[in-house]
Amino acid sequence: MSPSDPPKKLTRKDFASDQDVRWCPGCGDYAILATIQRTLPTVNADPAKTVFLSGIGCSSRFPYYMNTYGFHSIHGRAPAFATGLKLTNPELDIWIITGDGDGLSIGGNHLMHVLRRNVDVQLMLFNNRIYGLTKGQYSPTSLVGLRSPSTPKGSIDMPVVPALIALGAGARFVARSVDTLAKHLGPTLVAAREHRGASFIEILQNCPVFNDDTWAHVKSKEAGADAVLLLEHGKPMIFGKEKSKGLRLKPNSLELEVVTIGEDGITEADILVHDETNRPMAFLLAGMEPPTFPMALGVLLRDPAPAYDAAVLAQVADAQAAGEGDIDQLLNSGHTWTIE
Amino acid sequence: MDTFPKAQEREALESVVIRFAGDSGDGMQLTGSQFTNTTALMGNDLATFPDFPAEIRAPAGTTYGVSGFQIHFAAHDIMTPGDEPDVLVAMNPAALKTNIGDLKERGLLIVNSGAFIKGNLKKAGYAENPLEDEAFLSQYRVIKLDIQAMTLAAVAEFELGTKNALRSKNMWTLGLVLWLFGRETKHTVAWLEQKFAKKPDIAKANVAALKAGHAYGETAELPSGIGAYEVPKAKLPAGTYRNITGNDALAWGLTAASKLSGLKLVLGSYPITPASSVLHALAKLKHFGVTTFQAEDEIAAVCAAVGASWGGALGITTTSGPGVALKGEAIGLAIMLELPLIVCDIQRGGPSTGMPTKTEQSDLLQAVYGRNGDAPMPVLAACTPGDCFFMAIEAARISVKYMTPVMLLTDGYLANGAEPWKIPAMADLEPFPVSFPTERPEGFHPYLRDPETLARPWAIPGTPGLEHRIGGLEKDFDSGNISYDPDNHHKMTKTRAAKVAGIAKDIPAAAPEVGETSGDLLVIGWGSTYGAITQAVRRARAAGKKVSQVHLRYINPLPPGLGELIAGFDKVIVPEMNNGMLSKILRSEFLVDAVGINKISGQPFKVSEIQKAIEENLA
Repeated sequence: MSPSDPPKKLTRKDFASDQDVRWCPGCGDYAILATIQRTLPTVNADPAKTVFLSGIGCSSRFPYYMNTYGFHSIHGRAPAFATGLKLTNPELDIWIITGDGDGLSIGGNHLMHVLRRNVDVQLMLFNNRIYGLTKGQYSPTSLVGLRSPSTPKGSIDMPVVPALIALGAGARFVARSVDTLAKHLGPTLVAAREHRGASFIEILQNCPVFNDDTWAHVKSKEAGADAVLLLEHGKPMIFGKEKSKGLRLKPNSLELEVVTIGEDGITEADILVHDETNRPMAFLLAGMEPPTFPMALGVLLRDPAPAYDAAVLAQVADAQAAGEGDIDQLLNSGHTWTIE
Repeated sequence: MDTFPKAQEREALESVVIRFAGDSGDGMQLTGSQFTNTTALMGNDLATFPDFPAEIRAPAGTTYGVSGFQIHFAAHDIMTPGDEPDVLVAMNPAALKTNIGDLKERGLLIVNSGAFIKGNLKKAGYAENPLEDEAFLSQYRVIKLDIQAMTLAAVAEFELGTKNALRSKNMWTLGLVLWLFGRETKHTVAWLEQKFAKKPDIAKANVAALKAGHAYGETAELPSGIGAYEVPKAKLPAGTYRNITGNDALAWGLTAASKLSGLKLVLGSYPITPASSVLHALAKLKHFGVTTFQAEDEIAAVCAAVGASWGGALGITTTSGPGVALKGEAIGLAIMLELPLIVCDIQRGGPSTGMPTKTEQSDLLQAVYGRNGDAPMPVLAACTPGDCFFMAIEAARISVKYMTPVMLLTDGYLANGAEPWKIPAMADLEPFPVSFPTERPEGFHPYLRDPETLARPWAIPGTPGLEHRIGGLEKDFDSGNISYDPDNHHKMTKTRAAKVAGIAKDIPAAAPEVGETSGDLLVIGWGSTYGAITQAVRRARAAGKKVSQVHLRYINPLPPGLGELIAGFDKVIVPEMNNGMLSKILRSEFLVDAVGINKISGQPFKVSEIQKAIEENLA
């Protein structure tokens, strides 16, 4: 959504509210907040038409820190509030802030439906694979074996992959980025904002208190290059310290495999080229996890379709164009009779 | 042209109660509603009570698959669908079995003998065919007819096949009953032709069956003691009338409220019996700018409505008791956010899934108290189907003026029951235009209150300069920022309570519906029991008793002066379709020994039941 430009050039400060930020020192949320506050002025976002809407949890305190319109709702339900708001005022640029617990556990139903309906909002899911605000219980994305106050002998639940849930729900924009990778996160958020319809952005985020370094294997400089694939539309999917590894489809199979350019006769021409509009490929990319595969970061799928809110309002507008309703006429419709 | 015996050949009756009963696939609701429409057009006052099973198609022939439709029509004004039927139409043994106990002594029984075959008798639990039991039949006046055979004969020329042909048997029956009470077939003919416009054979067969039933009444010799009847027109106040069900009235009232307030209507709803037809009705009103959203669940439905309210719409959610339970947290949020929201609870039998298609008033305490924390909200209750229209407007007025969610209670009986309704004119309804702040006042914050109403400003996203953050965390009274300050929470809790309590100044004072402001006995009711209580109190007064009636349309806050009014009576009774809820509230508010008269059967009160309670409590 691109609301009309405000008159004066705004800066990061214009998007910061006067409230003290109350996350723990070192929380990944600080980095995400800073990136958003820096990014919005670059796309001429109008604070009056920008809304941050959240559920409950650490990430959901986000709206209080943005000098825009903000709505801190109840646990898991932010997508539903956002849908009602968007149907009321489609001019608003709505950002839903949620976490792995808020969005995938208590709010899993709403997350699925806001995506499949394709409501024109951005949904940022901060995934730290733990419950922070309730003090460290395991979440739907926690790995099997995670010891937490509610799983003293280790979690036995299979974790979900947020991007797969989003794709399965029919999301038409699915991206993944990292809290501290500002140079990657910023453009990813811009792309999400420009996309009409629901945009889903999973942000790998660190909780230094309850699940520190859960993404270290993706974020560390040494291991990172081999553990991360930075997606670019139209470019071959090559990664690794030497830029020598790549993805291709395993022959006679519906699986990806990692190959090395220069080995076994593999050349760059054998490497799959990323196509943001290819939904089956997006599923394969979303499901990749280290150490077998790199983690795919960037836009996994961008395949726009008409947004739900626009379609709903078009039906209303069409009905009104055919003749505005008149209450007196409505009340007097059908069988009536008069008593003198 | 329909022909009737001349007026002098018809016996004039003041009022008649007819119950149509059959299998849920027999089309009894249709038969009843068609009889209702024609009766209304003939100028009788009427009230109806559809009573059907929760199953869409319960197994044929079973007692739990019986569907009934009762209509009470009269030459005077009436307020209830009647206690006991004068006429019972029973289409099969199960319908006879489940309804015969209600038929008046010497009542008229019209029974489809063709359905009294071995299998059906067994399913209904009859060891012997009751139609062969002379002692049983002698208690009633009986028209025993093989309606199935008559219907097949009437529609034979259309060659529909037996199964399809038999579908018209309800129309044959309707034709006969229309004739018995001097009603024409033309309105139903017109309706059938419109409904089956694309299936002309089906339309013709139904019309043929209808006319054959009507002609049967005219030509056949009816058993002795059974004649033709007429019920003269009622003297109702002048005006244009229509039939209306509570759910239609509610949907239209909400739409009218949208016009009167100048706000766009946004409904978030999830299908639930008996509320779904409000969603259906509103979904058809897009040309009024109405936006309906069928959400993924009850919680999403209310959340969408709250989101819409924040955006400056008239946010509404419609549901029944189980839905209200699910919405509780979000309603609490709306109380904390101090945003308008209308929650319509079309009550049904509970707890849990309870009896979805049966009526009850057992959500009252949930409506008044059912949220976490000290979470007061206004609670209103409609008392007749037509009143749903006006209370919907009133709920909206209070909600936007005081920036608070409002609960509007109706019930399954009001939702599905119909009554002739004098159509109001929009010009006679008071507009309540809403204006949103556009300028940032000095010291603006989202909880800056109007000193009189205590309402906060409705600042909507999209307005430059009014950017603010709201949420479910407690807010500072003076800045609107998050606050965990102990004294502030105390003050904010008291303020939210005072805001809702203050609405009492803005609603009509308590006054007797019937009777004086003092006496021996005060009957206090609320909601759909209105008609039955009013009739019972009128009858008691006609018998010289010092009884008055107060009927509450506002339950939180209660109307001003109610305590003083109660003090003028020696005794107070509270008839309710629950196990004692308003009586608890009145006891706690006024320290009065309010006696509960409770009926929790899924069926509305009979006038006689309340009359009996009045007599017992006067003794």
